[in-house]
Amino acid sequence: MSAPFRTPEGGRIDRSTTLEFTFDGQTHTGHPGDTLASALLAAGRHSIATSVKLGRPRGVAAAWAEDPGSLVQIEEPFPEPMLLATTVELYDGLVAHGLPGQGRLAEVPDSARYDAVHHHVDVLVVGAGPAGLVAALTAARAGARVALVDEQAEAGGALLGTDDVLDGAPAPEWVAAAVAELAAHPDVLHLQRTTAFGLYDDGFVLALERRTDHLGTAAPRNVSRQRVWRIRARRVVVAAGAHERPVVFADNDRPGIMLAGGARTFLHRYGVLPGREAVLFTTNDSAYDAALDLHRAGVRVQAVVDARPEGSPQRRQDCERAGIRVLSGAVVTGTQGVERVTHALVAPLAAGEVGASSAIGCDLLLVSGGWNPAVHLFSQARGRLRYDEALGAFLPAEELDGVAVAGSAAGVLDLAGCLADGRRVADAALAALGLAAGEQSALPAVEATPAGSAPMTLWRVPDGGDGSTSFVDLQRDATVADLARATGAGLRSMEHVKRYTTIGTAHDQGKTSGVLASGITAELLGVPVQATGTTTFRPPYTPVAFAALAGRDRGRLFDPERVTAVHDWHVAEGAVFEDVGQWKRPRYYPRPGEDMDAAVLRECAATRGGVGILDGSTLGKIDVQGPDAAEFLDRLYTNMISSLKVGSVRYGVMCGVDGMVIDDGTVLRLAEDRFLVLTTTGGAAKVLDWMEEWLQTEWPQLRVRLASVTEQWSTFPVVGPRSRDVVGAVFPDVDVSNEAFPFMTWRDTALGGVPVRLARISFSGELAYEVYVNSWYARAVWERLIEAGRPHGITPYGTETMHVLRAEKGYPIIGQDTDGTVTPHDLGMAWAVSKKKPDFIGKRSFARPANSDPLRKQLVGLLPVDRDTVLPEGSQIVELADGGQLPPPPVPMLGHVTSSYRSAELGRPFALALVKGGRSRIGETVHVPVDGTLVPVEVTGSVLVDPEGARRDG
Amino acid sequence: MQLIECPWCGPREEVEFHYGGQAGVPYPEDPAALDDVQWAQYVFFRDNPKGRFEERWSHAAGCRRWFNAVRDTATYRFERVQRPDTTQAGTR
Repeated sequence: MSAPFRTPEGGRIDRSTTLEFTFDGQTHTGHPGDTLASALLAAGRHSIATSVKLGRPRGVAAAWAEDPGSLVQIEEPFPEPMLLATTVELYDGLVAHGLPGQGRLAEVPDSARYDAVHHHVDVLVVGAGPAGLVAALTAARAGARVALVDEQAEAGGALLGTDDVLDGAPAPEWVAAAVAELAAHPDVLHLQRTTAFGLYDDGFVLALERRTDHLGTAAPRNVSRQRVWRIRARRVVVAAGAHERPVVFADNDRPGIMLAGGARTFLHRYGVLPGREAVLFTTNDSAYDAALDLHRAGVRVQAVVDARPEGSPQRRQDCERAGIRVLSGAVVTGTQGVERVTHALVAPLAAGEVGASSAIGCDLLLVSGGWNPAVHLFSQARGRLRYDEALGAFLPAEELDGVAVAGSAAGVLDLAGCLADGRRVADAALAALGLAAGEQSALPAVEATPAGSAPMTLWRVPDGGDGSTSFVDLQRDATVADLARATGAGLRSMEHVKRYTTIGTAHDQGKTSGVLASGITAELLGVPVQATGTTTFRPPYTPVAFAALAGRDRGRLFDPERVTAVHDWHVAEGAVFEDVGQWKRPRYYPRPGEDMDAAVLRECAATRGGVGILDGSTLGKIDVQGPDAAEFLDRLYTNMISSLKVGSVRYGVMCGVDGMVIDDGTVLRLAEDRFLVLTTTGGAAKVLDWMEEWLQTEWPQLRVRLASVTEQWSTFPVVGPRSRDVVGAVFPDVDVSNEAFPFMTWRDTALGGVPVRLARISFSGELAYEVYVNSWYARAVWERLIEAGRPHGITPYGTETMHVLRAEKGYPIIGQDTDGTVTPHDLGMAWAVSKKKPDFIGKRSFARPANSDPLRKQLVGLLPVDRDTVLPEGSQIVELADGGQLPPPPVPMLGHVTSSYRSAELGRPFALALVKGGRSRIGETVHVPVDGTLVPVEVTGSVLVDPEGARRDG
Repeated sequence: MQLIECPWCGPREEVEFHYGGQAGVPYPEDPAALDDVQWAQYVFFRDNPKGRFEERWSHAAGCRRWFNAVRDTATYRFERVQRPDTTQAGTR
């Protein structure tokens, strides 16, 4: 329970409150302000996880999201895999354990809410470090609408991990004042715990706000756990900071080996000593601060190992004053210790040659190979990068329209420079927006950075072996040996090397390994680093849970559900629904004890034998109006529409320019200049789009207007020999006799003052009336039809029965019995193709020789000879060779089954199929493989019930 | 997500738009007068340049109107958008 590595004072933690948590079954304590990693380090625990391939112990190697080591799984309060202990804020009751490189998803549903918010700003600043805060303040003072997002729990960025002084006061005081000033601006949105994880086109940024994760079990239920901010910014300022870069050496992955800046952050921000005896291995001046700070905090710094031949004379003095030994021109060649580093092996480095090494005891090995600017967002926005020799890292190589990079993300590594850069970039953004700068106060005064020595770029220390324990990507267990294998295999592009070695593809997406991999690869190939370049950075910057991306669009809200005006009636009657596009349609209405087959057979028999009723409201309906409406439809339909009389109905087929059927349906002529076009349920939107496209782009001179009226009109086909009795009873004003109201005509009437349209349209082959009524009154009309039908045994039927009834008549469903290769002629609908019209969409294609090929697939009926097998839809159709055997493979396929049902009317199953030269095969027997046996089927015409149409016309 | 300038509505997110392929491929005056190759050229063949391309777009989830655009297929940048002149023969 103790925290022996906690400093007696300092840090941005609340020592007055103690939090209890469990890690790997052991109970520890920490404080608000801690991360899981800092609390574990305070307890003296460095070894957190084991590596994915080699099972090597791994520890906390950095203080934030760039850490490649501390992968954990949270168990309580809600299971969540693959988090970094360095980014998990500590809360009471947290239960977690280390991961062997892989986690597991929760087995219980996530009950938390996630949501999304859109936000529009003039200037978005990413990162609330010194550069970002200045940029946000500058823009806010100019009156710009500003958003400032930062991934940490509090603002300050790098200042949280140093002892910098601004305007004579500790940095946190300046940060607090800046945050307070921003809060006073009404047009500033300032979000902490919010990671801008993707920068896309035109200033579009996605940011993930972790709203309640840090509250643990105390998270309020009515607040979403995480929120995706969809921010559209006129200017984006990326002030995302820089990641310290390690140096690769043998056994550089042991717990206790940590980036120097990370150790400094643990000390200053969390009040934690990451060890008692430290060795610092550096290639630059910045890491000396870590050694000196730790020394002042009581850590015994055994040695500073500086790879530069001359080291840093100025910083050397600082160390010597503190009694710290400095070894210049030396490197760490390896380490000892398994669960925790125990020794650093140090050797002189001269002219690229590593001398004999000696061991220095330590429990903490700090490493700094320089700094990699966080160019991730800039690169995501397709900004080109260039390699900077002095930094040993990649920098933005161009100005992007609307995106600017500031501070250490742009390679400015000193505090004064970062502050000035934030101002400069914000000024440029304001100028681009045409905003005056407004009243700006002077930038805070900071101590001048002491003069120093230039950094040295060192990617790796030769290990004298094959580099198989010199880790480049700790998360992937990928080493210098793997890079050597990649270049040895001939790979030259970093994109290929990345995929070959998997470097940079893990959870951390190569935050510490990417530039190293480029550098070492260039070294292995003997080319400049600029030549190998770097891989493209892709979103997300840090992992984002799918739940957050889904937001509220899950479960029933994933996709809109459309229901008809009579939906509640169907539900009350126990209908089983099916999805047709976004529509919920009754599939069948089972009675107690009935399965679908039984219900459908009953519904079919009742309809053909008496009367049935269908909710056909989902049929697409398009109101076509205008003086040129008839001409317009003539051009789109294969048959003649202009000759249709007002009061009549015609079936029509629509083809693409390639002559293939795209939709079918009936057309009602409502007036000389007005038609109601009916489409398939699934084709409604597509057909309206198709019509609009031709009207607007090809024939804008036609005076036609189109409107979807699908939802305005409910449609109820009343079907069967007794339909006349039912419709006649409900609408006594209408003469429903065949003479007065023949097939393919429509009549208007009213019911209780509500307009109703009746149409003699049949999709079943039976005598049928389609009842159209304004959807507001649909339920009442439906119930009256049901009531009037009761003496006749009216039976509501669903889509399954509708399909059987239409298939028995050979009526195709476009998209089920057809694909994009079927012409009206293939469907046996040459009668629906006008020979009189000089042209219509698709006509020219019918004249292609391929369309008169006698072996085209044609729609036919199939009757299984055993009168029992229901052929699975999609089954292939084959022909047996002489002798009754299958021909040798590849067995020629004649076609496939498109629709297949049991028929009450026929007393046997039947199917529709597209078969090569099908109509010429009528009467022949072909075979359909079903579950390993060949089922003989007879080829028939496609119309199996009432081919003369006597019932329909009656 | 890219913003596309609808000539009627102004800049809107790309998901509101529907791509309509190459512009300037009008429906032939008299399809019957074309031989099979010419007809196939109209039905199936379109340019596929890298760079500047004249295209048709529709603001499908907005005003539902079609317009023409010049876009760079390599950078996705729109050079200009243009309302079809409704007094002329169309924009296909």
